[in-house]
Amino acid sequence: MTEHPLARVTGLQKTFGDERLMSTNRQVFRAVDNVSFEIMAGETLGLVGESGSGKSTTGRVLLQLDKPTGGEIEFDGNRITGLSKRELKPYRKEMQIIFQDPYASLNPRMTVGDFVEEPLIVHGLFKDRQQRRARVMELFTLVGLDQSFATRYPHEFSGGQRQRVSIARAIALNPRFIVCDEPITALDVSIQAQIVNLFQDLQEKLGLTYLFIAHDLSMIRYLCHRVAVMLRGRVVEIGPTEAIFANPQHAYTKALLSAIPVPDPELERQRRPIGFDYQTQKSPADAQLRPVGENHYVLA
Amino acid sequence: MSALLELKHLTVEFHTRAGVLHAVNDLSYSLAAGETLGIVGESGSGKSVHALAMVGLIPSPPGRIVSGEVLFNGRNLIGMPERQLRDIRGKEIGFVFQDPMTSLNPVLTVGRQIMEPLRRHLKLSQNAARKRAVELLDLVGIVDPDRRLDQFPHEFSGGMRQRVMIAIGISCEPKLLIADEATTALDVTVQAQILELVRDLKRKIGTTVIWITHDMGVVAGLADTVQVMYGGRIMERGPVSAIFRDPRSAYTWGLLRSLPGKITAPGQRLYQIPGSPPNMVHPPAGDPFAPRNSFATDRCRTEVPPLRQVDGGAAGHQVAAWYDLRSAIANQGAQS
Repeated sequence: MTEHPLARVTGLQKTFGDERLMSTNRQVFRAVDNVSFEIMAGETLGLVGESGSGKSTTGRVLLQLDKPTGGEIEFDGNRITGLSKRELKPYRKEMQIIFQDPYASLNPRMTVGDFVEEPLIVHGLFKDRQQRRARVMELFTLVGLDQSFATRYPHEFSGGQRQRVSIARAIALNPRFIVCDEPITALDVSIQAQIVNLFQDLQEKLGLTYLFIAHDLSMIRYLCHRVAVMLRGRVVEIGPTEAIFANPQHAYTKALLSAIPVPDPELERQRRPIGFDYQTQKSPADAQLRPVGENHYVLA
Repeated sequence: MSALLELKHLTVEFHTRAGVLHAVNDLSYSLAAGETLGIVGESGSGKSVHALAMVGLIPSPPGRIVSGEVLFNGRNLIGMPERQLRDIRGKEIGFVFQDPMTSLNPVLTVGRQIMEPLRRHLKLSQNAARKRAVELLDLVGIVDPDRRLDQFPHEFSGGMRQRVMIAIGISCEPKLLIADEATTALDVTVQAQILELVRDLKRKIGTTVIWITHDMGVVAGLADTVQVMYGGRIMERGPVSAIFRDPRSAYTWGLLRSLPGKITAPGQRLYQIPGSPPNMVHPPAGDPFAPRNSFATDRCRTEVPPLRQVDGGAAGHQVAAWYDLRSAIANQGAQS
């Protein structure tokens, strides 16, 4: 991990709702509301929060899969908001996304080899077909799949193997940054550790930077260097993983952490979840992230 | 405690295009009144299918109960006429399934769906059923229950719908509540509230619970007895403390070891179980976990191990294994 920010968002906004100028219905839903953070090169930043908190939308907007309605996004020091499709294309190669459901993200009519090869064709990375196939084989090995699997179809694979195929495609173009949107949630328990280890191996080998979106907080704690907690479109707390888990400051972070079941019968029976009242404990609209420790900020 | 539920040699299969899928294989266990059984397993373990089969909710075809008995309060539910089963389902046995979006009828108000079992099973009047429905919604923590009763499922969030499902599941104060991944799709904060609600119910009305999940943390906090399933069979079963402190099946041991909470030094790799869950159309011969088990012996690969009492283990601690996990781990440690 370095001290050089690979991605930076400043005042990011994404609203859904009626955007017509003359509309009388001015109700808009602020999915992402004034979010700012940096992701250092080689870092894994965890993004946690309940469903509807805006964590997936943040990931999608960051990659410009959805257009932000406000704010700036920088990648490697260059502003990428407001770019045309063509201007954005070189950045597309650098930034990839992996989704939760490997069943839905694979094309059932394509062999998994062709599926992994497709981005290489789209970006014209290899003129020679043989070189391109060799790259596909190399990718299969990298993600721990047997090369002979390349001619098979998705339905022949288990959930874990499919997720490996998705990962192979995501790293095909040598990206520097990957948004992982709940990538292990749909997998069997005995497979989750395999995929998490793979993410770590790839980070080490390829120097990848991850934004890791998840609701399994124990996996976040293990995998991430820093954690950002989102509530209703806003980042309420961000800091080093150990500081967040050992010394949570925001009432919502405290409630969230206290709600994690512990796989230990004695500890679990003593655990008392802390409640959180969305009405009385919510942060005022003009609240700002303020430092409470080294690199540790809380909305107050 | 006497047995409220007793499964004897339950075998369920599905006829698929790929062949016969052996979902549940010769499954036997019993559950005492007031007990909470946590069933842990992954896809293909048979944990959900056996629960559906118990109460006649397996679509047939393609499903078929090949053999076995399910004794509930002494009556065999297998082969019982559908009319009688309907009197038991929802009244004596309540259910909560994972997906509240598909389990609730989108064109009926939530109130109507909660009141239906109350009117049908408890023969309550319209007014009495409505009053009870308001109490139930209040009990599962839904604010403004009287107004919410007249709303449709799409007007509820995922967590709220799951609470409605739980309200329906417990509406007739069933003797047995079966919850299948009931909190898996929920946020941890909502999950914590639901688990507290279930504990409360057990205290208040002594409900017997089967809680099916893949989350070891949830099981640790809720279950008296834990049953670990794999390949349509029980791999290990016993008091919750014995399963977590002294696992004797290589599968249980591997699952517990692969949890990220066990890691103390940063950068350390997670322990990972190799391979994938079995394809139950072509299940492995012998112990279903043998192909992924580094401790497996030749016998494990050919002969199915029976569930037996653990030598020197806690009362009721049973394992299905030909190998002895403790000495196998000690040997492996000595070799490496």
